[in-house]
Amino acid sequence: MSTLTEAPPPLSPTAPEKKPPRRRGRWTPYWLLLPGLLWLLVFFALPMIYQASTSVQTGSLEEGYKVTWHFATYWDALSEYWPQFVRSVLYAAAATILCLVLGYPLAYLIAFRAGRWRNLIMILVIAPFFTSFLIRTLAWKTILADGGPVVGALNTLHVLDVTSWLGWTAGDRVLATPLAVVCGLTYNFLPFMILPLYTSLERIDGRLHEAAGDLYARPITTFRKVTFPLSMPGVVSGTLLTFIPAAGDYVNAELLGSTDTRMIGNVIQTQFLRVLDYPTAAALSFILMAAILFMVTFYIRRSGTEDLV
Amino acid sequence: MPFVNWLKRNLVVIAGLLTLAYLLLPNIVVTVFSFNKPKGRFNYEWQQFSTDAWKDPCGVAGMCGSLSLSLQIAFWATLGATVLGAMIAFALVRYRFRARGAVNSLIFLPMAMPEVVMAASLLTLFLNMGAELGFWTILIAHIMFCLSFVVTAVKARVMSMDPRLEQAAQDLYAGPFQTFLRVTLPIAAPGIAAGALLAFALSFDDFIITNFNAGSTVTFPMFVWGSAQRGTPVQINVIGTAMFLVAVLFVLASMVISNRRNKHKA
Amino acid sequence: MKTTDSSGDVRLSGISKTYGSFTAVHPLDLTVPQGSFFALLGASGCGKTTTLRMIAGLEEPSSGTVHLGDQDVTALPPYKRPVNTVFQSYALFPHLDIFENVAFGLRRRGIKSVKKQVEDMLELVQLGEQARKKPHQLSGGQQQRVAVARALINHPKVLLLDEPLGALDLKLRRQMQLELKRIQTEVGITFIHVTHDQEEAMTMADTVAVMNAGRVEQLGSPADLYENPRTTFVANFLGTSNLIEAEVDSKSGDDIVLKAGDGKLVLPEARCAAPAGAGGKVLVGVRPEKISLTHADDAGEIPVGRNRVTGRIAATSFIGVSTQYIVDSAVCPELEVYVQNVDRDTRLVPGAEVVLHWSPAHTFGLDAAQDIDAGLEEEAAA
Repeated sequence: MSTLTEAPPPLSPTAPEKKPPRRRGRWTPYWLLLPGLLWLLVFFALPMIYQASTSVQTGSLEEGYKVTWHFATYWDALSEYWPQFVRSVLYAAAATILCLVLGYPLAYLIAFRAGRWRNLIMILVIAPFFTSFLIRTLAWKTILADGGPVVGALNTLHVLDVTSWLGWTAGDRVLATPLAVVCGLTYNFLPFMILPLYTSLERIDGRLHEAAGDLYARPITTFRKVTFPLSMPGVVSGTLLTFIPAAGDYVNAELLGSTDTRMIGNVIQTQFLRVLDYPTAAALSFILMAAILFMVTFYIRRSGTEDLV
Repeated sequence: MPFVNWLKRNLVVIAGLLTLAYLLLPNIVVTVFSFNKPKGRFNYEWQQFSTDAWKDPCGVAGMCGSLSLSLQIAFWATLGATVLGAMIAFALVRYRFRARGAVNSLIFLPMAMPEVVMAASLLTLFLNMGAELGFWTILIAHIMFCLSFVVTAVKARVMSMDPRLEQAAQDLYAGPFQTFLRVTLPIAAPGIAAGALLAFALSFDDFIITNFNAGSTVTFPMFVWGSAQRGTPVQINVIGTAMFLVAVLFVLASMVISNRRNKHKA
Repeated sequence: MKTTDSSGDVRLSGISKTYGSFTAVHPLDLTVPQGSFFALLGASGCGKTTTLRMIAGLEEPSSGTVHLGDQDVTALPPYKRPVNTVFQSYALFPHLDIFENVAFGLRRRGIKSVKKQVEDMLELVQLGEQARKKPHQLSGGQQQRVAVARALINHPKVLLLDEPLGALDLKLRRQMQLELKRIQTEVGITFIHVTHDQEEAMTMADTVAVMNAGRVEQLGSPADLYENPRTTFVANFLGTSNLIEAEVDSKSGDDIVLKAGDGKLVLPEARCAAPAGAGGKVLVGVRPEKISLTHADDAGEIPVGRNRVTGRIAATSFIGVSTQYIVDSAVCPELEVYVQNVDRDTRLVPGAEVVLHWSPAHTFGLDAAQDIDAGLEEEAAA
């Protein structure tokens, strides 16, 4: 029959102290990580360092640039382009809020109310991705064209009077105004809000709604106390995925805006590719990066959702 | 009152469908205007119905060349980013190692960085190295920014996979390589496919980073950007419409096939 | 006894597992003979699954060796061990159909013509019709049988079962217990079965090892463990025990006489797992079904020589075949008594004064230095 004794660990002859040979690959994870991480280090991290260095260089295209720790570039760049910075943050924030307000009902619809239409709606949300976003942004030029049906309707309803008074539009034009740019930004980044929202809504057990209703919560209370708090991870990652690219975007401002709606992305692009003032461009880009990282970190801390990745 | 009640109950549905309409409106405009016959150089105002552009989609100088270049770059960037990204994802989920946190941040940061910052800094690097801007610099940049998205997609799938499946394979005489090939890879496949699809879409559609690092090479988004300045040919709308239709048909077909397969097996 | 062929013996020598400062399994020696149905029983976190995984090769022991027959397999990876596992929640490959799941092990060992073997195996577990279905299309019980078939087809020397019935409902579990027992008898392979369900372990296994906090508390046949628990943990974890604190009074022949409150209790010395010097403390145990209940008015009819405790009924519950009584007594609050419903005494209602009595032969003694409630929480959790 079976036998059993407790072996005292150190002295027992049957329990040798030597460890069994390691047979599973200790180095496997490092080999798996190496190529990808190297790629990111060389083509993502290293460029950041080059850029930091460029931002404190002085010189000219003809004579070449030298690191002279010329931090004044930062000050000059900020004092000259602070309106564009402020505008970028405002436009991006407005677009993010609009995306949340517009995107939430659609995400909710897909998650809870779509039934057998769920997959079809999902496809319709994702499919526009496959048409170049530039082509789709240009379509807004047609939609918002002066004297077109949209502008006509807004005019008849006197909406444009209000928005013009607020400074969002100019006269009976929508194109080349802040409203057009924000509208374009909202449109472009809406799927980035809807998808994470949908993901976190979809995880919510439908019975929670019934339980809340059973416990005397009206639909609106159920939403406020149960659904919305549970969808917070989606709200947080959705707002980040919308705000960050919107703040750095220059395509919408260029195609739908005017010189009065230039965002910081436009400035960086012009400085880099047309004016060829590399130190200023690098400094601006560095400030944008720092500002975004600061805001993102603060935001993630505040919302208490650190497991975004 | 029944109408008010109905409205109350379906408010979220109505709001959601309005958002969907907002999302799809530009695609409808793009499609409609692919049958336009504009008077001037710009295709922003409706003139008259015509199928000219559909009959001659490559009738604009340089456009189809840029399209084929974009497809090539998207293909290679997808391949590169998927292989490298899947490797990282497996390492992150399946192994314990030092500096995990640092690795995670390095993967998160490119997604939390405005494109224009990455574009500008990468250009600084290429200029400093004296690299010739063109196909290769674009490809390098695309693999870089697609990588993190692939890691995220694959990681999610591998994390939800029961580790006991791999242990069961080992228990049933499959060595490490066989386990990976026969069990891990097939089960992770949907995640890898999702990551690859995302990488393809991101790469194909990228404008900002490409614009900085392309030199004189012109990808399809850059061609569209340029034509927004010089004049928009109707053929752009044809390509846009065709891409949208192909995407929808592709997804629908794969859904029908998987549905039928499930029914057949059941 | 099938001890002549020892090639299927599992021998663990001084095997232990530590994670950092936490010891999951204390060094333990254990031999499971060829052809036996062996159960490792314990609450979650007691180290039973870790022990099983060390035998399978899925966990490297921190010390000690694993032998299969004469072969030292400690350093062998799982895919080189002649051992197969039925995993908790089965771990069937979701992307392969039932046939391919079962054929997996054969194919990995390079066997080309698997059709006949797989079909025979599927017949054995009565799943011939389902060969081309995917795992998620089967019921829990069917999946379980696939998991068993997938492991058994490889003719392992030892089959390891990690909570194989945990995901099934009660009725199906009963059915599968008998089914597994049948298969084991048929194929004659050593089964090592990990479970937290004491009833399951006792129904199926020839030998049960009760584990607690990384150690084996007691090992023996189910009946032996039940009748002669050696620790309070085993007494409480396996079924229900009434434990009464008592003091050793004297010895008479093979019996120990104990003082509990005002009364005396007799305990056979052979059944006492504690040192029993005069004046020492002992926990006296008796199983609820061994106790008879007599109304205090009839106390005179109780035969001489039985252990007696007086008390008052606190609660009763009618179970059908039996009635359970909770009796408050001076020596022990809440004594449990199960009485078969043969002739029900209508006077036995809450508040009634009663005498509990049982044969001294059914009494066991435990070391009073232990926690009297050990194993109670674990049983509730399990």
